Amino acid sequence: MPSDSILVADHVHRHYAGVTAVDVERVAIPRGKITALIGPNGAGKTTFFNLLTGFDKPQTGTWTFDGVRLDGRAPWQVARHGMVRTFQLTKVLGRLTVLENMLLGAKNRPGERLLTFWRGQDRSDLSRAREILARFKLDAKADDYAASLSGGQRKLLEMARAIMYEPRMVMLDEPMAGVNPALTQSLLHHIKDLKEQGMTVLFVEHDMHMVRYVADRVVVMAEGKIIAEGEPAEVLSSAAVVDAYLGAHHDTDLRELIRESES
Amino acid sequence: MIWESLRELITPTTAAYALAAIGLNVHFGLTGLLNFGQAGFVAVGAYGFAVSVMTFGLSAPLAIVVALLLAVVYALLLGVPTLRLRADYLAIVTIASAEIIRFALNSSAFATWTGGANGLYNEYSDWLKGSNPLPSGLLSLGPWTFTANDLWIAVVDWVVVLLVAGGIRLLVRSPWGRVLKGIREDEHAMLSLGKNVNLYKLQALVLGGVIGAAAGILYVQPTSVQPFDFATRMTFNMYTMLILGGAATVFGPILGSMIFWVVMSVTDQLVSLGVDAGLLHDVTQGSQLRFVLVGVALVLLVVFRPQGILGNRTELSFDAK
Amino acid sequence: MIRFIKGALVTIVLLLVTGAPALAADDWGFRGLLRDGQRAPVAGATVTVSGDGGQIGQDVTDAKGRWAVIPVPGPGKYRITIKSADFSYEVTKELVDSPTTLHVQNVVVSTSDTAPAVASLTDRLAQRAVSGFNLGLLIAIAAIGLSLVFGTSRFTNFAHGESVTFGGLTGFLLAYVAGLPLLLAAAIATVLGGVFGYAQDVAFWRPLRRRGVSLVTLMIASIGISLAIRSLMQFFFGSAARSMTREDWGAVRLGPVVLPATSYAGMGISVVVLIGVGLWLTHSRIGKATRAISNNSALAATSGVDVDRIQRIVWVVAGGLAALSGVLLGVFNQVSFDMGFNLLLLMFAGVILGGLGTAFGTLAGSIVVGVCTEVLVLWIPADMKYVGGLAVLVIVLLVRPQGIFGRRERIG
Repeated sequence: MPSDSILVADHVHRHYAGVTAVDVERVAIPRGKITALIGPNGAGKTTFFNLLTGFDKPQTGTWTFDGVRLDGRAPWQVARHGMVRTFQLTKVLGRLTVLENMLLGAKNRPGERLLTFWRGQDRSDLSRAREILARFKLDAKADDYAASLSGGQRKLLEMARAIMYEPRMVMLDEPMAGVNPALTQSLLHHIKDLKEQGMTVLFVEHDMHMVRYVADRVVVMAEGKIIAEGEPAEVLSSAAVVDAYLGAHHDTDLRELIRESES
Repeated sequence: MIWESLRELITPTTAAYALAAIGLNVHFGLTGLLNFGQAGFVAVGAYGFAVSVMTFGLSAPLAIVVALLLAVVYALLLGVPTLRLRADYLAIVTIASAEIIRFALNSSAFATWTGGANGLYNEYSDWLKGSNPLPSGLLSLGPWTFTANDLWIAVVDWVVVLLVAGGIRLLVRSPWGRVLKGIREDEHAMLSLGKNVNLYKLQALVLGGVIGAAAGILYVQPTSVQPFDFATRMTFNMYTMLILGGAATVFGPILGSMIFWVVMSVTDQLVSLGVDAGLLHDVTQGSQLRFVLVGVALVLLVVFRPQGILGNRTELSFDAK
Repeated sequence: MIRFIKGALVTIVLLLVTGAPALAADDWGFRGLLRDGQRAPVAGATVTVSGDGGQIGQDVTDAKGRWAVIPVPGPGKYRITIKSADFSYEVTKELVDSPTTLHVQNVVVSTSDTAPAVASLTDRLAQRAVSGFNLGLLIAIAAIGLSLVFGTSRFTNFAHGESVTFGGLTGFLLAYVAGLPLLLAAAIATVLGGVFGYAQDVAFWRPLRRRGVSLVTLMIASIGISLAIRSLMQFFFGSAARSMTREDWGAVRLGPVVLPATSYAGMGISVVVLIGVGLWLTHSRIGKATRAISNNSALAATSGVDVDRIQRIVWVVAGGLAALSGVLLGVFNQVSFDMGFNLLLLMFAGVILGGLGTAFGTLAGSIVVGVCTEVLVLWIPADMKYVGGLAVLVIVLLVRPQGIFGRRERIG
């Protein structure tokens, strides 16, 4: 167990109509590191994400983020405490422009309050938004409707929007899913960049190559439980993990990956 | 005949409907809230004002404040329990509450204050008529003739409508308005960005409701208060106007109300012709046909041109959950 | 005293049931009996009935103390004044459109009375509760159609009330205008209601589903269709409320409860139909497929269920059930162009109270709403009758939005 954990969750249990979706005894996410949450389809990864961020309610469970209890909080309160997530199916606001999407990511804007709506014209936020967009190579698209972006660009915009919020921890739900391979490198680079800037990253991923490449730590879930955690190399070669994957007939290229890591 | 119908462009009724539709637009067009009971807010405003003046003897400004505060309370009552539920629930609860209000106003139980099914005679608009700077008698404006009172009320109404529309325009373009649009499109995205979605929805419900109540006050100034006016049909007329003019646009509701009432006036005259020609039994029966038309128009509009006249296809608004 | 009044009412009701009244059933009015403290008839007293516009009719009690003022203009409030040499009594009575009250109201007064004579609260409560149970069954029949459509087509159909009105008006045309026997008229109206449901699906909903329009668009289209159909019905039928049938099956008395026999028949039909629908949903192939689509449409489609066909069948069933409910409602109350729209709001109340999407919940919720609507009339004025049922809806959403039987997860 890492000594400096930013997020610690205990006894998180969620079942739907008798079927257990998540049953996590204890998990701790190290501060300032990149942690990958992996597991076969239906392992409960996204449900666990939803529980931690308040989008779903567990039957039991407590968790603290940076010393603050966040269980039972609404999703927006979770975000305000500095834990910002993205979604597996991107939730980019297609009928607003790319720049407007970014501005919605900024926090503490007096103009967003009804009684002071006329205040806080966006100057400092605007320059920050443009700067982040430039980093993500979306600056040329700033004034287009977000609906016109490609799938990969939407993933980038969602990540950029999350960063706009200046979170302490970013939770990415399958950032690579459906992304054109040409963009994968750039996404990986951005994830590493988040760590450089002092943020903690937790991400759900299927692609083992990517996990090995960026993650400092790997947590493996299967059937709602955490079955292994640790350094990527050691976890990915563990028999339990291989069983979990092969037993579920998923990611058969894992053998290949293991061979690769052994050689 | 056409000139007579075009008169509807500027009548107080058109103005009052336009204002109520602006309120509905804050709910539906900007935030994606499915309020099927805007007539309830209009009734709260109309009765809140008239009863305050006639029964409790309040001065007009105080009565306006009371009426608008009642609308705030009503919006909170509706919104607090339902806004966290799925969209259908708000639709059902708003339509049911509007009917509760209408049944109660129509009932003999409160007839001492509300006049029951007879409504209230106009003994509450002296403040407006008394301040009329226009010369008394009949005045002509272009091809139309108005009584001094009607024209003055129309002027006041349209000033209010334009002021409110201007205010909404500022709000829509503010960061606050941007959050509403975000909510309309995807609540979960806004939650993940730390926006208290329910609070925003409640603010929108209150704001649009208060505008609806203000429209109710205007609506009854030139006439008496009739409980039947506040039936569900009123709300559905507003939806037709709103989608016709362009939901989520600032001036769509105004344009929609103008076109709606001109068309209603034209069809009204056609009905009269029909009655004269012996095709229809009487005018009341003929007016049912006009509402068949409104219903069909609403269906066709929402399916084939949901962005209305002023709206932008890429920015249309109904896919919000 | 109370026992005496009860006795008198029972006698009069039995008289009415057995010795068929000579007057046309449609006339409204009052008749009564005036007696002294020793229950001996008082003759020669003047009875005046007046309404808002002044005196309507007058009569003098005969040797048996009887009087009658028939007809009066119709439902509404009337003041009855009884005067003799040494006695004066005044009471306000209301004639209400309802199967639980007769068009001609009986007013039994004793010269020792100082207060209006009424049935005991428990008796009236029992009467109202049974009426409410009846209304609840009607709501349930229509509401099950509403939730089946919701389950398979995923939207709240605000035009469902018009299917109920369609049934009511068709029943009226067949039973009252064409003079068919009530039961036959009900059966034909139900079948036509199924056709009406099918027609709606073919004309509006299937094309809209094909276009892939959103939930909100469907709901707004449904209010447009509701407004169009309702106005069309008002155009042909007018705004008045009318009786469903000229048939008179008499009244049946069970304990303190007196209801027209047609109401008991209606309750019987309702229960049989509800059981039938329940069995259909749980045991037939199509019923099971319907529930499968409600649970998970995509999954049902991949496992070989013809979703489009099931949706079509559901529209037919929903239309038929709504029409049957309309006929029964017309018998229970009266027929009018907006009967279905008013019932729609009570259906929503029933469905939400029971927890969206559970058939048993819908039944239980509807009955609770029906009973509340009828029972609350004891304390609130009759012209606010529907407010009771709707208030239940609002209160439930405040306290327990998932309904009585719903699970919290279903929402939001």
